[in-house]
Amino acid sequence: MGTVQTNEAGLIARILAGEKELFHDLIRPYERMVYLTLFAIVKNESEAEDGAQETVISAYRHLASFRGDAKFSTWLTTIAINQGRRRLRKAKGAAEESIEEEADSHKGDFTPAPLTDWREIPLEALERKELRGALRAAVAELPDIYRQVFVLRDLEEQNIDETAEALGINPGAVKVRLHRARIMLQKRLAPFLRSTAPARRGFFGRAL
Amino acid sequence: MNLDCKHVWEHISEYIDMTVDAELRKDIELHLEHCEICSAILDSTRNILVLTADDRTFELPVGYSKRLHERLKDEIEKSKHEPPVGETK
Repeated sequence: MGTVQTNEAGLIARILAGEKELFHDLIRPYERMVYLTLFAIVKNESEAEDGAQETVISAYRHLASFRGDAKFSTWLTTIAINQGRRRLRKAKGAAEESIEEEADSHKGDFTPAPLTDWREIPLEALERKELRGALRAAVAELPDIYRQVFVLRDLEEQNIDETAEALGINPGAVKVRLHRARIMLQKRLAPFLRSTAPARRGFFGRAL
Repeated sequence: MNLDCKHVWEHISEYIDMTVDAELRKDIELHLEHCEICSAILDSTRNILVLTADDRTFELPVGYSKRLHERLKDEIEKSKHEPPVGETK
């Protein structure tokens, strides 16, 4: 068990014993994660913020029901996901769940976009503000089930098992969805990068 | 074994996550050595992940943390008149 978890376990014990203010410290490392999880589901800033607050309050109220067998971050993510889904259902009606189930089998073109000049410009391109905007838009447009896995794995950097547990799906489904999400993003952003890349292309155009 | 490009694409995500087995990993690396197209796809996909993990890409609303802790503070105050957390109701 890492130091983070040991410290966390200590914090949790003290909070439950009455040092309630320490909950601020417990939650601080996860504020960003909670917001991003909510945003991945509701896709609306103010809804995500309200949901994040509700998640944290709910975690505070139910802290005693947290069992040390899961990581605190996973437990918190599960609360955030439930909160997000509740909000989504309220907003959209109950149609969401059935869409979730069929989507893994959905046939799509999951082949990446071939391009050979991208590798020459990564640092320069990654600094571009427009590229960040394009990525945000592309992530927002991913089908829900792919976006949720992508956000947990690649944005929050949770591992495959944690992601599976939090979303209530199996690790195999996490891998498949993540793969598809990444390929869809690669494909989506490739033309954008190509159009903004310097005119240096061709198989052997790379400086050695 | 000689892999074709499509086969490499199918495993590109697992390759990035280092969850392919050693033999397949070796085959993929062999392929990448001479295939510019797959190398570029790998690099571009990795770049997207670097960009995704960059805090500047997905920013939190201004004042989010402050509002969150204010709300939490109120909640904690309220709960002080109740039994220890988690054991209410």
